[in-house]
Amino acid sequence: MSNIPENLRYSKDHEWVLVEGELASIGITDYAQHSLGDVVYIDLPRVGDKLGPHESFGSVESVKAVSEIFTPVAGEIVEVNDGLNDTPEKVNADPYGDAWFIKVKMNNPGEADAMLSGEEYEEYLTANG
Amino acid sequence: MSTEDLKKTPLNQAHRELGGKMVDFGGWDMPVQYTAGVIEEHMRTRTAAGLFDVSHMGEIWVEGTDAIEFVNRLTTNDVTKLVDGQAHYSAFTNENGGVVDDLLVYRFNQDKLLLVVNAGTTEKDWAWINKWSGDTPVPMSAKHENSLGGGTTDGDKWVPAPAVNLTNASSNYCQIAVQGPKAVGILQQLTETNLDEIKYYWFTTGRVDGVEAIISRTGYTGEDGFEVYADPKFAVQLWNKLLETGKYGDVDGILPAGLAARNTLRLESAMSLYGHELDDDITPLEAGLGWITKLQKGDFVGRDKLMALKEKGLTRKVVGFEMIDRGIARDGFDIYVNEEKVGHVTSGSPAPFLKKNIGLAFLPLEFANIGQEIKIDVRGKHLAAEVVSTPFYRRQK
Repeated sequence: MSNIPENLRYSKDHEWVLVEGELASIGITDYAQHSLGDVVYIDLPRVGDKLGPHESFGSVESVKAVSEIFTPVAGEIVEVNDGLNDTPEKVNADPYGDAWFIKVKMNNPGEADAMLSGEEYEEYLTANG
Repeated sequence: MSTEDLKKTPLNQAHRELGGKMVDFGGWDMPVQYTAGVIEEHMRTRTAAGLFDVSHMGEIWVEGTDAIEFVNRLTTNDVTKLVDGQAHYSAFTNENGGVVDDLLVYRFNQDKLLLVVNAGTTEKDWAWINKWSGDTPVPMSAKHENSLGGGTTDGDKWVPAPAVNLTNASSNYCQIAVQGPKAVGILQQLTETNLDEIKYYWFTTGRVDGVEAIISRTGYTGEDGFEVYADPKFAVQLWNKLLETGKYGDVDGILPAGLAARNTLRLESAMSLYGHELDDDITPLEAGLGWITKLQKGDFVGRDKLMALKEKGLTRKVVGFEMIDRGIARDGFDIYVNEEKVGHVTSGSPAPFLKKNIGLAFLPLEFANIGQEIKIDVRGKHLAAEVVSTPFYRRQK
């Protein structure tokens, strides 16, 4: 079974969001990294880029597959985890910790509340996984 | 297609128990990777040993006094050059010189050959060779005229009745490949056959863990190793014994390796994959298989078209490339030179051992020289890559 921390919010595209005030850290879930397999490459956006709701901001590639990453929340990118360029394998090893992709200053800090809770995401995976 | 409809090898349950992630591969339910993951499976095959279930491959016997002649007329390599116990890589070509399939031809004796063909094309190949063993005239050269028992000649066409018996024995064999620098040592512990005496692309029959087997020093990884063919009822026994003997579980022990690693290993070694570098409308000359296309051996299906092509000169061919920009080129991506679309990627992937992003591609001859810079359309971005020599990886002997 996938690891699904309770303190995060989830999208049906298998992204997670950690909300701290008006900042949202965004990454992909344990389920997503497991489905992809060994991650070898991540295409990340730049600080300052503005993201609309559900906009694609990059891609994550494993040996076999490529998957676009969508932002669950709209806002401006204030930090990018460039370290992942050299250590993409962190996405497999620690998808909820070191392997966040971007931090976004949310236009509407309440937006993440509408996302799935850990429990709801687990139900979603059980039904669709 | 639900998994119930998929064909299964005798090792299906064993793959599941090992945590194999099963996928539909050309109608077969096969492991794409196991718990270690494709990178580790790939690396372990390069540095220790990998174990592959290739039981889905097709096996076809050609027996009878015309066996060699018959196969020689349907394939590009020169079957008359094989001696007992030797195998070679070859291709079936169609009347246009396109590749029906690539295969291995094993010579057991002058009246007995084994053809090992791709899984997804086994039925097509079976129909193809049956077509030529029936009433369809097989092309022949003057050199071979009247050399076939029972046949009569009609100009340069052979009106057949070749003395061959064909048997599609695909379901009578499991095939397990053990590959990598430790492969020979592992297999040697399970057989009294002296493996050192079997050279690359030679084979013998013998026993592995007491089981009657064809032991072939061949593979699709660019490593030394063997492919073992045996009765499917012994597949699980052989598989488990090879894992155990190879110290599966140790950090430098054998690992079961799935289709994903099989693909990246063959790609690093620049070996062709049917449906990618080879197809019905791609000639072996364009695919870089001139070395198995023996145009002087006498006539075979498609030879006239291949000779004409060689005479006229190729217009396109398969080349290797390496990404310069960060990014991964995938199968089917378009290739540009001077903003103009000139070709496409046939196989593209990260190369786990080389730690580069590489691929094979079709390019017009004028842009196929080593050092040529190309742009590959990676989801809208034109990323730089360079044509390089192949193979990308060559093992240290």
